[in-house]
Amino acid sequence: MNDVLLTFILIVIKLGLVLGTVLSLAAYMVLAERKILGRMQMRHGPNRVGPFGLLQPLADLIKLLCKEDLIPERADRWVFMLAPAISTITALLAFAVIPFAAPLHLFGRTIPMVICDLNVGLLYLLALSSLAVYGVALGGWASQSKYSLLGGLRAMAQMISYELAMGLAIVPVVMSSQSFSLTAIIAAQQTLPNAIRHPLAFLIFVIAIMAESKRTPFDMPEAENELVAGFHTEYSGMRFGMFFVGEYLNLIVLGAMLTVLFLGGWHGPLLPSVCWFLIKVLGVAFFFIWVRGTMPRLRYDQLMAFGWKILVPLGLLNILVTAAWLLWRG
Amino acid sequence: MPTLLFYILAAITLLSTVLCLTRKNPVHAVLYLVHALFALALLYFLLGAPLLAAWQIILYAGAIMVLFLFIIMLVESPVADQSSRRLSRWLPPAALSGSLLVCGGALIVMDPAATAVISSYWLTPRDFGCALFEHYGLAVEIISLILLFAAVGAFHLGRRYRPNSKEDVS
Repeated sequence: MNDVLLTFILIVIKLGLVLGTVLSLAAYMVLAERKILGRMQMRHGPNRVGPFGLLQPLADLIKLLCKEDLIPERADRWVFMLAPAISTITALLAFAVIPFAAPLHLFGRTIPMVICDLNVGLLYLLALSSLAVYGVALGGWASQSKYSLLGGLRAMAQMISYELAMGLAIVPVVMSSQSFSLTAIIAAQQTLPNAIRHPLAFLIFVIAIMAESKRTPFDMPEAENELVAGFHTEYSGMRFGMFFVGEYLNLIVLGAMLTVLFLGGWHGPLLPSVCWFLIKVLGVAFFFIWVRGTMPRLRYDQLMAFGWKILVPLGLLNILVTAAWLLWRG
Repeated sequence: MPTLLFYILAAITLLSTVLCLTRKNPVHAVLYLVHALFALALLYFLLGAPLLAAWQIILYAGAIMVLFLFIIMLVESPVADQSSRRLSRWLPPAALSGSLLVCGGALIVMDPAATAVISSYWLTPRDFGCALFEHYGLAVEIISLILLFAAVGAFHLGRRYRPNSKEDVS
């Protein structure tokens, strides 16, 4: 009984740690994005609230909480209110299976640094990313506005198409580590990260997650110059805030996925494993912001054609080659 | 306890399916169907098949229903009635999804690795086939006929709205 209680307490502690870290990281990711984008465009970015603008996320939060929560008259009330929650929750739930550090040895016990080491962890992540589509689609539909609807439809089509490429890029990783468990996948990368072992899959995965997170150059669902703000046009106050936070949480989730699947997880020399994990995740996030500051937006037909005609066939070919190679090696 | 959970989950599945069939708003129907699929996935988990549960969510809830939703969103939806603030409107979905959440939590706490919770329900494929086609043979036939009717009905509905005369154009 004591053992069960201890395990329970440990899980609660881990939950609190992960939730706190991830939420504050998401808030500061917004600030980081604004700062870095500002520097890339030869301006300063937010620098008025607190030293170096460090309290800006707090000010934003207070502003969003104080704003009026508007619901359009003809909107489908409950679906409208539900959609932002789906967006945020699917992003938050993903952290349950991501191992963020090497197992800790404390008082003769081995504590795995992951909330739940699911043996189908990878499929769990894929399931959550496919459910995330609902938040966007329902938000767009329930607003009863043409801009929202078009944004929602675009987001749906885009996310479904690129999910396929993402799934195909993951298959070689699963083949070489022979497990769906994220812990086992990290363990298989102790000597060589999968990014070097499967370079093509790595490339496809990076492009696919960029499209999956609906960021430039794939930000068609919220293209300002044609759709106002896409699926969240009609949202205001904290409901918009939830979509916004969900987006940045998603950025961290996808960064963590890339780290776990291709960049060797928490493996690294000298520094403690948590530090390596954070460095890699934040590095990926910085890369995403960098791309946003550099690349123009694609046209919608280009986007779909690229997904279906280039990424998916390449992914399939990559699986074939990897399988043949693994078979040949025995 | 697992047996009790099985019946609760089965009831949730059935209830959501019935609600899905009786909704006037097609998007709400899709939401109830997704809910039923979730309950079904938990049932698979309860029967010791976490892989199947994951595929159920990824393929059915995540891909096929999204395609349904994609088409339905393009269809003009009925204007939402303003009585939807009433308790009776949101209590059924809230109660359903709440109980599903509790069941899921109980399932995870009881048996996180899904190592065959209800072992007495194990069947070999041969037994399963015999039970399906001998004991429930009539039901299988009826279901296949219903699917056929649905296909014919969809075909018929699609034909009727084809612009057939020049009056429509002018």
